Amino acid sequence: MRVEQLQQLVAEARDRIEAATDLKALDDVRVQYLGKKGAITAQLKELGKLPAEERPAAGQKVNEAKAEVSGLIDARKAALAQSALTDQLARERIDVTLPGRPQWEGALHPITQTLERIETFFAGLGFQVAQGPEVEDDFHNFEALNIPEHHPARAMHDTFYFDAHRVLRTHTSPVQIRTMEQQKPPLRVIAPGRVYRCDSDLTHSPMFHQVEGLCVDTGITFADLRGVLSAFLQSFFERDDLATRFRPSYFPFTEPSAEVDIQCVHCGGEGCRVCSHTGWLEVMGCGMVHPNVLGHVDIDPEQYTGFAFGLGVERMAMLRHGVNDLRLFFDNDIRFIGQFGQTG
Amino acid sequence: MRISVQWLQEWLQFDESPEQLGHRLTMAGLELDAMEAAAPAFTGVRVGHVLAVEPHPDADRLRVCRVDAGEDEPLTIVCGAPNVHEGMRAPVAVVGAVLPDNFKIKKSKLRGVASAGMLCSARELGLAEDAEGLMALPAEFEAGADLRAVLGLDDTILEVDLTPNRADCLGMRGIARECSALLDRPLQTPAIEAAPVAGTARVAVEVEDEAACPLYAARVLEGLDAGAATPWWMRERLRRAGVRPLSAIVDVTNYVMLELGQPLHAFDAGRVGDCIRVRWGREGERLTLLGGDQTVTLSPRDLVIANDAEAQALAGVMGGAASAVDEATTRVVLECAHFTPRALAGRARAHGLHTDASHRFERGVDPTLVPEAMERATHLLLQICGGQCGPVVQSGEVPASHAEQAIALRLGRIERLLGLALAPDEVERILSALDCRVQAGDEGWMVHPPRARFDLAREEDLIEELARVHGYDRLPQTLPQPVAPASTTDGLRALRAGLARRGFHEVISFSFIAREAAKAFYPEVEPLALANPISSDLAVMRPGLWPGLVTTAAYNQARQQSDLRLFEHGLRFVPDASGLRQEPRLAGLLGGHAGPESWEGESRRFDFFDAKGVVEALCAQVDGQPGFRAEVHPALHDGQSARVLVGGKPVGWVGRLHPALCERFDVESVYLFDLDATVVARAPVVQFQPLSAYPSIRRDLALVVADSVPAGDVLAAIDELDLDLLQGVRLFDVYRGKGLNPDEKSLALGLILRAFDRTLGEQDVVSVTAAVVQHLQARFNATLRQ
Repeated sequence: MRVEQLQQLVAEARDRIEAATDLKALDDVRVQYLGKKGAITAQLKELGKLPAEERPAAGQKVNEAKAEVSGLIDARKAALAQSALTDQLARERIDVTLPGRPQWEGALHPITQTLERIETFFAGLGFQVAQGPEVEDDFHNFEALNIPEHHPARAMHDTFYFDAHRVLRTHTSPVQIRTMEQQKPPLRVIAPGRVYRCDSDLTHSPMFHQVEGLCVDTGITFADLRGVLSAFLQSFFERDDLATRFRPSYFPFTEPSAEVDIQCVHCGGEGCRVCSHTGWLEVMGCGMVHPNVLGHVDIDPEQYTGFAFGLGVERMAMLRHGVNDLRLFFDNDIRFIGQFGQTG
Repeated sequence: MRISVQWLQEWLQFDESPEQLGHRLTMAGLELDAMEAAAPAFTGVRVGHVLAVEPHPDADRLRVCRVDAGEDEPLTIVCGAPNVHEGMRAPVAVVGAVLPDNFKIKKSKLRGVASAGMLCSARELGLAEDAEGLMALPAEFEAGADLRAVLGLDDTILEVDLTPNRADCLGMRGIARECSALLDRPLQTPAIEAAPVAGTARVAVEVEDEAACPLYAARVLEGLDAGAATPWWMRERLRRAGVRPLSAIVDVTNYVMLELGQPLHAFDAGRVGDCIRVRWGREGERLTLLGGDQTVTLSPRDLVIANDAEAQALAGVMGGAASAVDEATTRVVLECAHFTPRALAGRARAHGLHTDASHRFERGVDPTLVPEAMERATHLLLQICGGQCGPVVQSGEVPASHAEQAIALRLGRIERLLGLALAPDEVERILSALDCRVQAGDEGWMVHPPRARFDLAREEDLIEELARVHGYDRLPQTLPQPVAPASTTDGLRALRAGLARRGFHEVISFSFIAREAAKAFYPEVEPLALANPISSDLAVMRPGLWPGLVTTAAYNQARQQSDLRLFEHGLRFVPDASGLRQEPRLAGLLGGHAGPESWEGESRRFDFFDAKGVVEALCAQVDGQPGFRAEVHPALHDGQSARVLVGGKPVGWVGRLHPALCERFDVESVYLFDLDATVVARAPVVQFQPLSAYPSIRRDLALVVADSVPAGDVLAAIDELDLDLLQGVRLFDVYRGKGLNPDEKSLALGLILRAFDRTLGEQDVVSVTAAVVQHLQARFNATLRQ
């Protein structure tokens, strides 16, 4: 074997390697020179024909040639892979400015979100959620709440009725009674739900939502009522310094009774259209549970005292989210509901 | 209730501004609703004395007046008012005056005659809504005097909203009593003089039901001049209270009502006759009310004042036209009576009426006012209209009152309720100021409330008074003893959140719907109907949630929002033999495209299986796999409707809205589901299931079955085999057509096998596959597709 021949083979291989434009062609070159029947491999087989003293030197030469070709193939392979990758990247280029695939966004109704917010606050103070029927009997809606048949407060309720004994509940307060019929103090419950009044205009919906709260235990005072509701309102409106005020009012089922005003969240108490220039917004009714109400459910008013409160959920939601029309809540336009998807 | 600050100051002296008084009232439970000036701002208006009236040379309707406005020379003023006459006193705006709305009075010429000012009507001064001609002023007013001063117009009106328990404040006396307690100033009660009885004329009074009318007093007044003018101060007070001055006799009854809180009525004695009967109305009896515009049909629930012949007034509500006083009246029967709230409850409203009298009687009037108010009104009538009065004829007597019973008030109870220990002398001061009689005892006090305070009947009522006058805002604020937080784990909350994450919008629709809609969706239910619906669209309680969802979908589709996923949670109302079932449901609607529109093209439209998939997801947490059974529902497409079962029990429906209802409710094709919320909201605590460390193997089969075999039955049959190694089955294709008989279909099933203790081999696959194929062959005559 001549060294020239070996060099010739390597030179040939180099040309072919460089000419290979894909991995397949490159592999063909490898087989042709380095495969079992390859030209350089054949040179190794020829070594046996040489005299023993020449074999190491010749073997080394052949191995050098093999290593060189092998190295050339690897380098070429890396170059081809790199170019293939480059091609792939170019091929796979997209217009990243096309709009992303939209995700369906759903949302809970803002009233539900407001209810959950209220429930969560009161749950923290140990108030369990209670439910009651919406078609209610006269006894639970009025009588047991100290509103006998001829009471003027009945006229103020604009009641929907079905017959002499059944009405659509005008407030969530009957759940107070149903709870106290079944459980005895200590009691802490809130009753969220739909209520109904026979009244429909810009600011009244014939159906709306209330949350009723009830806390009955030994040693519950009006001061506790003030403390709990002030804390609630500050939490609800996320304002630690939100001013609240309690004004005497009248509900047949509480004594003393109060209405709770908050400093107007729109103008900060300066006076604006939202608060009728008073600086205050009426948001809740409350009071100490009337002894007659406790009496109706066999709870001893000498042993136990309690407070109750009620609030309009739509009003709270309107104030918190700046909704300016009550009717939006019941139109159920998904453009409206969808706005509350992110607020939580 | 409208309170004139000036009038109030007749009862008690105070320095507080109207704003301060209004705030104090609000914070004591008499909520200030509005505050307004008794008269709008104007200047330069004096009392004018019309000395002469001459015709205008160039205008028929104008007159040239010489008016004494307190200056050296009378002013010449051209005036167009029809009632101007010589000797009249009327407001005159002199040159330089500024009337309401910044109307400036200047020297002018009217049709060639110079006019040095303007004679004014009440409307021009903002003292009345409308006016015919000049405002006539009393003769005793001195010409030239400033009108604001003589009429006391620099006054403020506080309008307060009274809660129904504070009927005692429906008169100035009650308001004054309240203010005296709040401002801690003594009350000066004007004395009421009894008029000397000079006549003998009397009427007989018969009361049929003393429970309804425990006290009725009447007296005849004779020789009255019905045309007498109501004194200006009374007219002003009426006006400021929002009561229109009418005639002297009516004005006096109204005035006494405003002053004391006791409604009165004056009948023309000649018309009403000499016998007054207080009785229940007769069925069908008719009564034309004052003014003559309205005739009411009475019933035995209406208490009436009648003479021998017929009803003359709706007791405590409104008088009748037939016996009304007018300009010709010289004799009146003056009625001052006590009607109980119970007797009048709801009666005015039943006739579409609401009057100052009914408002008071329904809430309760102190019966001891009857004799006082009678004397006060008599005195004023005789003073204004002249004449003489006969004796008071009275039926019944002042009824017993809750106030005779002393209320025990315990010092300790005050603190237990309010969380504040009030000083005993403060307790006594407040209660005494409120006109309670207070006697100290061992543990506290015995308290007699004033009669007018019907709302003070027990210890808590007194404690509220203490808190109220002391000021709620001066009470402490505390928190009750802490307890463990309540659980908020609510299966429903999680489901709702899950639906929102799946792109659903939650809606809240009315619980009452149109009867036709209820019948269209749920023909088998006779819905519960409201006796007094607000409209026919909101007339019956919904037997299900679908009408609301479909209506909402139509509303949104009409606003170019057709891709909808909606859900609602709420009660349905189903009357049945045992009464009324009020059941919570969770229902939803899908319509339009299943995905948002994008540059890749239109997404596919929702179909039955989207709705079914949502139902399956909602049921994923409940015990027992949900089952679906093809069944017909009146509101759903016959061929795309299924009953949903959980544990074999029906819990709801899923399907496509019936095309006839789509048409009727003007909605594009939508898919609906409805589930028993109590079942799906039952969320057990998740129990961990071990994971296998070994790989799974999937083997796919294509099985040919008759087209009539429901795929669900095939899957259920595999499930029945209960093979240990079979971890799941995927139905990944349903094929009909070439290579199959027309009545056949091929179901492509992927069997997923896995063991917990080893890696499975081909033998396991073969045995499971064989078991499945054999079972399906036996059950459905299924064959492996070649």
